[in-house]
Amino acid sequence: MGDKNDVWQGTLALMVLKTLQTLGALHGYGIARRIEQTSGDLLSLNYGTLYPALLKLEQEGYIASEWGVSDNNRKAKFYKLTRAGRKQLEREAREWEQTTEILARFLSSKEQPS
Amino acid sequence: MNWLRALLARLQNLFRKEQLERDLDNELASHLELHVAENLRAGMSPQEARRIALLKLGGLEQTKESVRDVSLIPWLDSLRRDAVFGWRQLAKNKITSIAAVLSLALAIGACTSAFRLIDAILLRPLPIAHPENLYYLGRLVVDSNGSLHDFDGWAYPDFQLMRTAAKDQATLVAVSYDLRADLTYKSDQEIEKAHIVYVSGDMFSSFGIKPALGRLLTPEDDAIPGASPVAVISFDYWTRRFAKDPNVLGKTFQIGNDLFQIVGVSQPSFTGTEPGTMTEIFLPTMMNSDATRKDSTWHRTFAIVKPGAAIEPLRAKLDSVSRAFETERSKSWHNESPQEIARFLDQTLYFGPAPSGASGFQQGNRSALYALAVLVFLVLLIACVNVANLMTAQATARAREMALRVSIGAGRRHLLQLVLVESAILAFLSSALGALFAARSAPFVLGTINPPDNPVRLALPADWRVLLFGIALTVFVTCLFGLLPALRASSVQPASALKGGDNLHVRHRLMHVLIAAQVAFCFLVLFVSGLFVSTLQNLSRQPLGFSADRLLVLDTVTRAPVSSLAWLQLADQLRSVPGVERVSVASRALLDDYSNNNSISINGSGPSETIAYFLHVSPGWLDTMKIPLVDGRDFVAADTDPGAAIVNETFAKTFFKGTNPIGKSFNELYMEGPGANFRIAGVVRDSRYQQIRGATLPVAYLPFYSVTSAGAPTTEERAALLVRTASENPLALASALRKAVPLARAEFRVTNLRSQQELIQAQTVRERFLATLASFFSVVALLLASVGLYGVLHYSVLQRRREIGIRMAIGAQAGNIARVVVVDALSMVLVGAVAGLAAGLLSVRYLESFFYQVKPTDIGILAFPAVAIFAAALLAAVPPLLRAVRVDPMIALRYE
Repeated sequence: MGDKNDVWQGTLALMVLKTLQTLGALHGYGIARRIEQTSGDLLSLNYGTLYPALLKLEQEGYIASEWGVSDNNRKAKFYKLTRAGRKQLEREAREWEQTTEILARFLSSKEQPS
Repeated sequence: MNWLRALLARLQNLFRKEQLERDLDNELASHLELHVAENLRAGMSPQEARRIALLKLGGLEQTKESVRDVSLIPWLDSLRRDAVFGWRQLAKNKITSIAAVLSLALAIGACTSAFRLIDAILLRPLPIAHPENLYYLGRLVVDSNGSLHDFDGWAYPDFQLMRTAAKDQATLVAVSYDLRADLTYKSDQEIEKAHIVYVSGDMFSSFGIKPALGRLLTPEDDAIPGASPVAVISFDYWTRRFAKDPNVLGKTFQIGNDLFQIVGVSQPSFTGTEPGTMTEIFLPTMMNSDATRKDSTWHRTFAIVKPGAAIEPLRAKLDSVSRAFETERSKSWHNESPQEIARFLDQTLYFGPAPSGASGFQQGNRSALYALAVLVFLVLLIACVNVANLMTAQATARAREMALRVSIGAGRRHLLQLVLVESAILAFLSSALGALFAARSAPFVLGTINPPDNPVRLALPADWRVLLFGIALTVFVTCLFGLLPALRASSVQPASALKGGDNLHVRHRLMHVLIAAQVAFCFLVLFVSGLFVSTLQNLSRQPLGFSADRLLVLDTVTRAPVSSLAWLQLADQLRSVPGVERVSVASRALLDDYSNNNSISINGSGPSETIAYFLHVSPGWLDTMKIPLVDGRDFVAADTDPGAAIVNETFAKTFFKGTNPIGKSFNELYMEGPGANFRIAGVVRDSRYQQIRGATLPVAYLPFYSVTSAGAPTTEERAALLVRTASENPLALASALRKAVPLARAEFRVTNLRSQQELIQAQTVRERFLATLASFFSVVALLLASVGLYGVLHYSVLQRRREIGIRMAIGAQAGNIARVVVVDALSMVLVGAVAGLAAGLLSVRYLESFFYQVKPTDIGILAFPAVAIFAAALLAAVPPLLRAVRVDPMIALRYE
């Protein structure tokens, strides 16, 4: 798989939530494409892994789904963020920022010569 | 909480799997369509577009599988599948499954009934504020025979002293013994019975009980003797007697000469503090005529201990208060020896925990109920062993299936689950059936402990306690009979099982051990029931010394005191009722659990060491009771108390040491005041006095016609009329006699009417109860054990067809074959019987109090279970044996 990064589960959920916040209701394929595009094609997303993640988020009550019709007139299942999902997104985003910040500091600190 | 929501969603999904699956198919199809469309727009060929889309998805089936893992709880789904499979397995072997379910249901039902009874009588906390803080006060004293006597009755003045002394650490309340009183609401003709108790005014508030209507008793109702004729009725009584009429407040009823007014109804759950009876009417203690007497112990004392208060210092304090009271009281006793008084005063007060109340019914039946519980539990074990054997046999038959499952990758845990789920289904079905059985049988069993004239009333709710017990029992039973076969099934060795040569000997050994255990339990049940049954027989065969045939006992009371002569006239008048042969009067009937005893003195000597028992009887009573006169004469009309006496042979032997007592005299010594002198006019044969068991008592019969020191007849408020009827069924005359009594004289009325036979049977209620149930469970145990043995033999013959075939082919006779088949199993029966015998002899010492003149080591007692079990074993062995000797070697050998 070389230079493209695989997506890990926890971050995928966060990406899904963020995508739905930005774009509103969207079907699975749309979410997958959007994630790939946003990452500037740095991520190689196996589309199949998206669906268990979506179901899990739905069971937890963060997103809701509904059958609808896509832009080019095809039947598709649309997902949208719920109120609980919005809160969860804020919380997760904050935690993620904190984690990256800590790691960034950690990695940028100069090595002390012994 | 999100995980909980997710879990619920998953559980829901379990039941809408198909819709979920369809949804997923559609969603993935639409995903692919969208992707393909986009690829086409990007200029790919249709095949290429589809290939890329599928590739990018990472495989359709893989995706579905990973979604399914999220949507369902995988193990729950497999559990569901196992349950369906297990059900099919059970349905396939219908006969064996039904047999297993029925036998388990019987055992589980019996266990649940026993639990319901024990819970309702002994364990269930009273519906009061803090039952855990409730104690009853009892006293232990060594009686003149040197045995420890435990009693919980108190005199009210003593109680008052203790209540004051305890008030900082505990609230003391008095609750009288339950009394089944005669009361009338309107006219005297409509007497009814009701259970009444006299209670302290602050009992309701201390127990935290609320009124359902009106008000409850208060300390003001309980301040001055006789001043507050008010009554609170129970909710249950209000419902049954008054159909919840709100106008019940203000209604009045009469007990004796007191008129009471109903002022309130207590909350629904509370039915008094005496499990076994349900109190219907609560009256203030101050309305009891004995409220100020120091020598009448007529109530229990309960202590509601305040949180944090220590029991022991409080106990010591009340102990000294009560001792001081009794010491003061004993100063007026002149007819007791100082040693006797000192012995009486050496009593120790104790606090008995009473979260579930206190009653004689509890005391009398506690050990019997626990004995019953053990019997029932043994039957449950037998049933479980049966089902375990069944499952083991099936597991063997399914060894190939299990091996196949292992070979294609099933984990051992899954095999374990598979078999356990099947057991759980069995257990669950049996529990459901058992619950139905228990719902019927618990009230029925309670009915058998009941004396007929005063039925025990007990709340037997099927609530969460019973449910919890049922669930625990089901789980226990599942583990008991399911775990072993399950472990066995899961440890199958695929290689050898698939070859068909699994190690049968291990399996046989297990089944044989189970058979031995079953026989041991069965032996134990039979042995103990044998003891119960012969105890009942011994008691029923007790010589009574009088004849109870065609004898009616009319407990009769008067509204106003009536002279003893009037009672004798009443008896004369009743003789004219058609169908009546003889009528006599006595202060009480024999064997009515009544005793009147005192020390006596002969020729002015000191009080006798042995106490004598007394009964006042009319002239002709001896004839009515058919008690033969040995010497001297019966009473005549002129004999009075004090004056003449007739004594029984034991009396003569005890106090006159073999010399002829006729014409000699003795003094009856009362606790206070001078005694009374009697000259012995006759000697009669011994008869049973108070109880059917125990040593024969020295009894002196005194004339019913008693006179005061001035020579005037005394008054009596209560006596028993004894009527010997002409017809075989004495109770046929009941209503005629009930009517005839008040007609003879308006003051009289019959309060209880029983046959003498009922009184005798009431003495063996517990023995009858134990013997009946134990016999029933013996039959069940024997039946289950023989079915189990039959099953094992049948199975082993099936398994060994080939071996039998070979043996026959090389010339074995039918006898040899039979020996091969049954010798193992029967030796297991022998081992089991010996183990059961040992267990039985060990357990007997805990049951000794139930037995009467029975020796557990009697050959008859030991032979009965042994013979029964071996007979049953032989019977169970016959069909498999026939099958074995009819094996056709040609067919058997070709079969494999």
